[in-house]
Amino acid sequence: MKTETSSALVQGFVRSVVPVLLALIVSGLIMLAMGASPLDFFAGVWRYGITGSNWQRSLALMSPLLIVAIGIIVAFRGQLWNLGYNGQYLLGAVVASGLGPILYAVMPAFLATIIVFVVAVLAGAVWSLIPAILKARYGTNEIITSLVMSFIAIGVVNLLIKGVFKDPGVTTPQTTVIPEDQLLPYIPGTEIHIGFLIAIALAIVAQIVLSRTSFGLRIDIFGASPKAARHVGLNSTWMVVLLFAISSGLIAFAGSVDILGQFTYQRADWDPRYGDAVMPLVFLARFRPVAAIPFVAFYAVLATGGTLAAQQAGLNVDFLFVIVGLILLFMTITEYIGNRRALGQSYVPAGLRRTVLQPFTRTSERTSA
Amino acid sequence: MTTTATSDVISLRGITKAFPGVVANDDVSLDIVPGQVHCLLGENGAGKSTLISILAGMQQPDSGTVSIGGTVVDISSPKVAVDNGIGVVHQHSTLVPAFTVLENLMLGDGGVLLDEKRATRRLEELAGLLGVEIDPHALASDLGLGQQQQVEIAKAMWKGSRLLVLDEPTSMLTPQAIEHLAESIARVKAEGLAVVLITHKLREAYAMGDCVTILRAGRNVGHISTEELATYSEQQAQDAILAAMFGEDIVAVGDEATELAGATEASRETAAIDFASRPVRLELRGASSRGAGRDVDVEDVSLTLREGEILGIAGIDGHGQNALSELVAGQRPASTGTLVFDGDDITRSGVRGRQRLGIRYVTDDRLHEGTVGSMSVAVNLVIKRIGEQPFWRSGRIQPKAVDAEAKRLIDEYGIRTPSPATRAGTLSGGNIQKILLARELTNGARLVVVNKPTYGLDLKTVHLVREILTDFAAQGGSVLLLSTDLDELIELSHRIQVISRGRLVGSVVNDGPGTAEKVGQYMTGAIEGTD
Ligand SMILES: Nc1ncnc2c1ncn2[C@@H]1O[C@H](COP(=O)(O)OP(=O)(O)OP(=O)(O)O)[C@@H](O)[C@H]1O
Ligand SMILES: [Mg+2]
Repeated sequence: MKTETSSALVQGFVRSVVPVLLALIVSGLIMLAMGASPLDFFAGVWRYGITGSNWQRSLALMSPLLIVAIGIIVAFRGQLWNLGYNGQYLLGAVVASGLGPILYAVMPAFLATIIVFVVAVLAGAVWSLIPAILKARYGTNEIITSLVMSFIAIGVVNLLIKGVFKDPGVTTPQTTVIPEDQLLPYIPGTEIHIGFLIAIALAIVAQIVLSRTSFGLRIDIFGASPKAARHVGLNSTWMVVLLFAISSGLIAFAGSVDILGQFTYQRADWDPRYGDAVMPLVFLARFRPVAAIPFVAFYAVLATGGTLAAQQAGLNVDFLFVIVGLILLFMTITEYIGNRRALGQSYVPAGLRRTVLQPFTRTSERTSA
Repeated sequence: MTTTATSDVISLRGITKAFPGVVANDDVSLDIVPGQVHCLLGENGAGKSTLISILAGMQQPDSGTVSIGGTVVDISSPKVAVDNGIGVVHQHSTLVPAFTVLENLMLGDGGVLLDEKRATRRLEELAGLLGVEIDPHALASDLGLGQQQQVEIAKAMWKGSRLLVLDEPTSMLTPQAIEHLAESIARVKAEGLAVVLITHKLREAYAMGDCVTILRAGRNVGHISTEELATYSEQQAQDAILAAMFGEDIVAVGDEATELAGATEASRETAAIDFASRPVRLELRGASSRGAGRDVDVEDVSLTLREGEILGIAGIDGHGQNALSELVAGQRPASTGTLVFDGDDITRSGVRGRQRLGIRYVTDDRLHEGTVGSMSVAVNLVIKRIGEQPFWRSGRIQPKAVDAEAKRLIDEYGIRTPSPATRAGTLSGGNIQKILLARELTNGARLVVVNKPTYGLDLKTVHLVREILTDFAAQGGSVLLLSTDLDELIELSHRIQVISRGRLVGSVVNDGPGTAEKVGQYMTGAIEGTD
């Protein structure tokens, strides 16, 4: 029993970390081929992402990334593929950047912040109703509907920023800058806003809810087999709507935290696409919120340091997405090989294995049987 | 794409395969000879399917070899198996429901362009060989189980076969469909192909098989050669098989064994009850169901089920059995009519409400509906009590309480599992069924709906399941038993009603010989009347 779980842990570790390492190695090779120096690049990532007070910028970036990751995990655990995260994030952001300045003008910052958060979560949740209901009622593919809703959201957000929420004081279409004293406070002694703590706390709570409570088990049953869920007496319509709402609400919340903690205003056509970067990471974390923390931290450093490092190494900033893509690729390959192993097939071609490994396997099996 | 029947013998030598906690195949050797039907028998979990999946290239043996005509072949993938002419019909359907028959058959074809004409010709060829008619453009989901099986066989033989393996092909078929299958197998054999047939029914093994191999706990524990089997009477063959299958355990099964093997005519085993003195537990009044899918719904069903009664529902599979079970269990809403349980109207209450009242449902889809294969045996045992004390406290799971309950049920029902934490999906069919029964019958069950409770189970488990049901009724529980197995219905039920096209078309009190004929008349009458 003990050895079983520990070997499962080792396996999980290998399956999660190997793809990342392979992606880094191959991206290094690609840099070489492009005439850039991978050593410079990775040294740059280290320098601008960690050294000095740069680690604080990386941690601050973690907060929206991690909250988006949790949102994605909640839906994915129930096998609901909510890919509308970019639109949902921007909706939450625009609630903070547009509604925020109006509220801060008339009430104490604390109260205004709470209202912004609540409205952001609601906006995200309501936006997800359409894909959720279509899915629950008619079985419509939620990947397509959530993506479409995301595009619409992006359009709506831009209209708002160019329209009602536009700061009349500047010519570029952007919202009013929220003054320093009304933003989320820093963790004392640092320049990391408390969004980071909120994100970590959310990850822990989500982890407990998903793995230890009846609600989490229901999600897993629903995800494993809708037929079994019905048999057990779960209301699948309610389940789809609820999971979509939580997922989308959390992602929108990430947007509002990011504005109030980091950006202070929002420009039209701005879209950080955090979800795209985080999506492969939640697979690596096997849909476990706490396990997502190190992956998100890794990516936050890469993204924070990578932007400057890429410029110095003569690469485009979009190179970061190449690395993410490679992680995804190697993850799929590792997964495929792992599954073959689980099904009783091995990496090693059968003939070779039989001649070379047989003497060993024989004895070990006899003792374990 | 021609049939590559040859005289090469397929020999398995010393095949061993272990999974965590079990040795599924332990040093198994056997020869498969062309032009013969080789029957493979054994209890649930004996390792039959594992051996087959090794032949099919889906699993790799830990040790041992497969050779064809004396040359060792490494069946390292399903493709290698197909290239060597090994075609397998698996225990569970592998057809894609949304595809047509032809599309399903062409799935394995390589190449960019699918050659539909050639595929149609090949299908005609195979249909001729099997002696069946298959509509190439029908959707797989629209086919009956018997037809689906024909398509599966055609698929297995698609690339031309030297060996056709059938893993429990008869467990879900009607008697007529089984006869058709036997004819097809005879034709395939006459073509010079080897056939491996896995079954739990000794009658079938004797009728269709040329030789028999028996597995027990992964070991080859008995072989009856072609010559021997030819000289045996059916009774002798059965005795020999049962002795090998259960070893010393045969004493425990005792006289039941021959009966279970289907040698004697079935008669009721449950104690008689006095209907008049028993309060009504469940009453359906003109109830119709409204399902979401294409499945047959029930219409205008009225029935009464009393305390301590086993009411059998006979009928050909797919005539509304699922709808009726789900209607009672609360998984499918009633569009008209009422359901009354212990005097209370429950028409509007849901699955969980009825569950708490003591209404339980053992579904026939054990693998996908009844259990969550990726979750542990323990969780599956309490899965219908999610959130309830003492397994959850203020929403949090209590692993100790869950484990204790799981251990209790595992002991009580003799569920064979390496541990409560084992994933349920890896257990054998019989043990999965025990999980369902244990879960449904515990904690205040008053009425249990059981749909095809014994298909695919070995003799001993069939016996055990039937005993569990009669015991439950003897203690005052009510059983609504839906089955396609007439012998089972006659053995267990006090009354039998016949379902056809979603309606109850007749009722027979099971109190003496002649019940089978009466039920049969209702069944055929109903069919002739509508077609
Ligand atoms: N993938 C797997 N992982 C772990 N254990 C497995 C796996 N497949 C089979 N087993 C175990 O191996 C044993 C043999 O299983 P197998 O399916 O071969 O039995 P079977 O004879 O076909 O039984 P049945 O009559 O129920 O179909 C069982 O104990 C089963 O639990
Ligand atoms: Mg099997």
